Amino acid sequence: MNHAIITVNDLNLWYGQSQALKHITMEIPEKSITALIGPSGCGKSTFLKTLNRMNDLIPTVKITGEVRYGGENIFESEVNALRKEVGMVFQKPNPFPMSIYDNIAYGPRTHGIKSKAKLDEIVERSLRDAAIWDEVKDRLKKNAIGLSGGQQQRLCIARALAVEPKVLLMDEPTSALDPISTSRIEELAMELKEKYTIVIVTHNMQQAVRISDFTAFFLLGELVEFGETEEMFSQPKDQRTEDYITGRFG
Amino acid sequence: MRSRFDEQLALLKKEMIEMGAMCEEAIALAARALTEGNMTLAEKVAPLSQNIDQMERDIESRCLKLLLQQQPVAKDLRVISAAMKMITDIERIGDQAEDITEILPYLAGRKLPDNIPVREMAGGVIRMVTDSVDAYVKQDIDMAKSVIKRDDIIDGYFASIKQNLIDLLKNNTDSGEFAIDLLMIGKYLERIGDHAVNIAEWVIFSVTGMHKEVQS
Repeated sequence: MNHAIITVNDLNLWYGQSQALKHITMEIPEKSITALIGPSGCGKSTFLKTLNRMNDLIPTVKITGEVRYGGENIFESEVNALRKEVGMVFQKPNPFPMSIYDNIAYGPRTHGIKSKAKLDEIVERSLRDAAIWDEVKDRLKKNAIGLSGGQQQRLCIARALAVEPKVLLMDEPTSALDPISTSRIEELAMELKEKYTIVIVTHNMQQAVRISDFTAFFLLGELVEFGETEEMFSQPKDQRTEDYITGRFG
Repeated sequence: MRSRFDEQLALLKKEMIEMGAMCEEAIALAARALTEGNMTLAEKVAPLSQNIDQMERDIESRCLKLLLQQQPVAKDLRVISAAMKMITDIERIGDQAEDITEILPYLAGRKLPDNIPVREMAGGVIRMVTDSVDAYVKQDIDMAKSVIKRDDIIDGYFASIKQNLIDLLKNNTDSGEFAIDLLMIGKYLERIGDHAVNIAEWVIFSVTGMHKEVQS
């Protein structure tokens, strides 16, 4: 297992009175893909959002325990700095209603980069890394809304990459895409793990098997089992994991 | 929730039992044909072996369909992949029973010597085949292990057949062809025992996810 980039210690999270995460302790290995699986409402998306403090926006949320990134507890560090390092891609592609170029340049600009040459370089690198450069290089000034769903999702990945994060969180990034776009995003994720750490929530068991190195199975807010994907899908240790992945419940 | 998949798995296990039962019948017929010198029984083995071949194709195609449609994981994946490996061994068992019957005409009606324990050996491997397939259906590791253990008895029978045939040749030098034919029959039965062991090892894999060699 690679060195852990994120270490979670006894993490608990409540939405009001209802506890959504219970005593989660795990280490997310660097430069690998970790899949979070489990039935709806098991806490996997909540957990993912916690990793870059997206839950901070919800007023009734209470969190205990710690998530350590770069040696610091993320709940005690500055949120914008954290989100620059830990980026997020959502289920539904959400490009900004502006040009392809401006979508990518948006993040770097907010972090103070003004030089046109520097921005050009970032836009090209990010689009190349997200495997969409060849498809959009001749229409960078066109509105991003005109792209197909699969292209929009890769654009959103490129936008996340533009601020040079270390970790990419993906919340069911292919659930709204057709099989061809899905396969491109999956290929992309596998290429990106050379440089980035990826944590992905997926409802597609086969996707978890295909692309992830590690899998975490959540149930009713608990982390039931965490380990190497191949092992978990061939010899799960916990009966609840076996029952879920073989479709006996969930 | 997944009743259709469970039905398909139950059907797979039923077909495995049927295929195993056909092999048991083929071995029993071959052994009886030999001990009773009855060629009518021997002739029934070849068509049975063809049915076993067909059964192998049918089970294989059912397994491939299940892999495609259900994309099984964990125990489901092991049960299906083990079945695909096991049917190759079961099919070989059918072939070997047929091979035995092909030798019988060359024995020219000579009576089987009393110290050549073919009947016992055939009885032993039939039980091993039955139990190995049963162990798969019941996912019973202990039964699979007992099959593996019993192979030593079969090997012992084969060693004694070999020794007794050597003695026969010493005293009766014109029995060369007869002795070699009987030795081959013994060897086919011994190989059937080995195939039953292979099946039992796949049963252990389908239950535990580990191969016997890795476990020991």
